[in-house]
Amino acid sequence: MDFISFLVAYWPTLIQLTAEHLGIIVVAMALSLALGLVVGIAISFSPRAAAIVLGINGLLMTFPSLALFSLLVPVLGIGSAPAIAGLVVYTQLPLVRNVYTGLTGIDPALIEAAEGMGLTPLKILWKIKLPLAWPAILTGIRTATVMGIGIGAIAAYVGAGGLGVLIFQGISRNNDAMVIVGAILISAISILTDRLLARIGDRDRS
Amino acid sequence: MIRFDQVSKSYGRNRQVIDDLTLAIAEGEICMLVGPSGCGKTTSMKMINRLVEPDSGTVLVDGRPVNSVDPIKLRLNIGYVIQEIGLFPHMSVADNIATVPVELGWPKPRVRARVDDLLALVDLEPGLYRTKRPRELSGGQRQRVGIARALAGDPRIMLMDEPFGALDPLTRAKMQDEFLAIQEKIRKTIVFVTHDTDEALKMGDHIAVMRAGRLLQYGTPTEILRHPADTFVADLIGSRKGLKLLRLLDCGSLMRQGAAAADLPVLPARATAEQALSEMLRCGCRSVAVADASGVTLGRLDLDDLIDRVARDD
Amino acid sequence: MTDRRLSAGLKVGAYLAAAVALTLYVVEWPQDSLVARLVTFPHVLALTGQHLAIVALSSVLAILTAVPLGLMLTRDWARQWTPRVVGFVNVCQTVPSLAVVALAVGLLGIGATTAIVALWLYALLPILNNTLTGLDGVDAATLQAARGMGMRPGRVLRRIEVPLALPLIVAGVRTAVTVNIGSAILAAFVGGGGLGDLIIAGNNISRVQVVVLGAGLPMLMALIVDALFDVAAEETAG
Ligand SMILES: Nc1ncnc2c1ncn2[C@@H]1O[C@H](COP(=O)(O)OP(=O)(O)OP(=O)(O)O)[C@@H](O)[C@H]1O
Ligand SMILES: [Mg+2]
Repeated sequence: MDFISFLVAYWPTLIQLTAEHLGIIVVAMALSLALGLVVGIAISFSPRAAAIVLGINGLLMTFPSLALFSLLVPVLGIGSAPAIAGLVVYTQLPLVRNVYTGLTGIDPALIEAAEGMGLTPLKILWKIKLPLAWPAILTGIRTATVMGIGIGAIAAYVGAGGLGVLIFQGISRNNDAMVIVGAILISAISILTDRLLARIGDRDRS
Repeated sequence: MIRFDQVSKSYGRNRQVIDDLTLAIAEGEICMLVGPSGCGKTTSMKMINRLVEPDSGTVLVDGRPVNSVDPIKLRLNIGYVIQEIGLFPHMSVADNIATVPVELGWPKPRVRARVDDLLALVDLEPGLYRTKRPRELSGGQRQRVGIARALAGDPRIMLMDEPFGALDPLTRAKMQDEFLAIQEKIRKTIVFVTHDTDEALKMGDHIAVMRAGRLLQYGTPTEILRHPADTFVADLIGSRKGLKLLRLLDCGSLMRQGAAAADLPVLPARATAEQALSEMLRCGCRSVAVADASGVTLGRLDLDDLIDRVARDD
Repeated sequence: MTDRRLSAGLKVGAYLAAAVALTLYVVEWPQDSLVARLVTFPHVLALTGQHLAIVALSSVLAILTAVPLGLMLTRDWARQWTPRVVGFVNVCQTVPSLAVVALAVGLLGIGATTAIVALWLYALLPILNNTLTGLDGVDAATLQAARGMGMRPGRVLRRIEVPLALPLIVAGVRTAVTVNIGSAILAAFVGGGGLGDLIIAGNNISRVQVVVLGAGLPMLMALIVDALFDVAAEETAG
């Protein structure tokens, strides 16, 4: 049927769009993780700052991504830049929240033991807190990445490229095969990424 | 070595946790802090390594007020065994023990050798336990690793907060004996918190009895047993004082030197007078023979001497 | 409890006022004539109504299917499979909403029904997941005790299992509805209407005001629902 012929005709494009999509996700996640770690670590020293930052993040999450991408285009231009910026915003909450809960959920006895032995606060962060928070941080990375893959597809509407292109062009050209292939590819990538990151988490734990 | 000089501390307005504490702990001694839960034992101890700062008064180590020393430097030179042990779960036993030596910048081979020495010292086969994670250890083994970790930087002072608190009575007694044997070799100045009076009597060179942030009495186990400062201390020690005094004496120091009849039960010189009495009761004799480690008879201990000694106040 | 209700009521009032104020602002002080022609009070009201209808219909359908399904899948004959079903549902939950909407378009074509079906399927997952986890988490000893007292299975379900699992089920519904309010924006792509229409229109004519209005209203809607569920969570927990 036309499904097969679509795949045969378009496979190079499919690969290119997939690569584009993954590229955007990787860049956005790298930026977001760096920012999320800094923010998460910073607010782990102040419960009040944490409440404020997490509250603002939660509010930003409810802002529709389509609108945010649309608003970012005039500022950052067409292309992957607004997509990356938007993804950084949306992936902040799961990252910051998990870094924060990971760092603050550590048994206080361990911190006290480390302090008592004469470790400096920076050493305690680096050698004790971050390694112990790592499983939680990894869960945050997983949630954020999978979320980002879905939101990244929406960014195609404002010209960011990626697999969302198949869905939006398919709808406007009334090409069902194109829409379905786009949907399946995005779903498959989401599920695979989730499984992969879950496996890394399990391996780290043992 | 360690001195508390009119130290007070309160949390909030009317929560006086430490009330005018003055106390001097001599070098190479074990000082036991005893008292009921919440009396301020942990808080006092934490003032020594500046995990808690006093509101007034000074804590001195080697004659220097601790608040004039950089806390990191201070702590690197004071071993600390916390009440909850607090082994780092993401590090191997060896890495846990190596924490302070690594901070002190020791070269790697020296750190490795130190870890193995300490594991052997606390009776854990290095080859077997080096790479284990804390969760693979029993409670007693964790306590041992905790002690090894505190000893790692070869500190002159050790702070030990109920290090044997979580152990069953048998393991606990074994750990106490082993720790006393270790202390024979290392001669650290040790502040040891417990709320078990028997542990305090057994292990302490001196005992500080605390209640509600105040120091009620400071003295040797014998002094505390013979002359409790007030009814609270007397109650804390409990009954059967005579037997407890026996526990503080060893056969070697009570015996009459010379030969002993061949049919008497034989005890090592390190055995307590309580064990000697028990042996006499068991075999229905009025004397025991005392021998050294190789079995050579050193002398004889008579029941009358034993009674005299315990009854005599000196 | 009344305190909670009061504060929730105040919040809802404040958000409603904000929504009205935002709409009035765009209607009364439009950027230019294009915006003035596009954004009128009746139009915004109609789109909001569509949005609410899509969310409400799909959510109710999801509750009506997911909860019975969850109850069925946790009966004794199926209980051994429960963890696996939860695992499967969890995997499905990682599928993005746009992909679900796109699949629905591919199969059903364009229209409001497509949007509702897609959101229904999407909302099913968190509710089913929480229903299963909630029912599976009921202490076995409690169930034994209930049966031992002579309760029939139906009674055990109604008097023990459902009440104990209710907080989690409600939490699942909360997630589903909140997510759906956001996902309903995608209905605009498939001709389903709703506030996504405003965002798309605003984007097409490059008018920030319209985009912000199209984004702000569903955002406030989500906040209102959240405040209401705060109360619901409180009631079911006690
Ligand atoms: N950080 C703190 N803030 C407020 N109160 C504290 C703090 N630390 C200790 N306290 C209080 O100070 C008192 C003494 O506490 P401390 O930990 O020194 O007792 P302790 O003698 O070690 O008791 P335990 O035998 O139970 O360990 C307690 O009443 C405790 O509640
Ligand atoms: Mg204590």
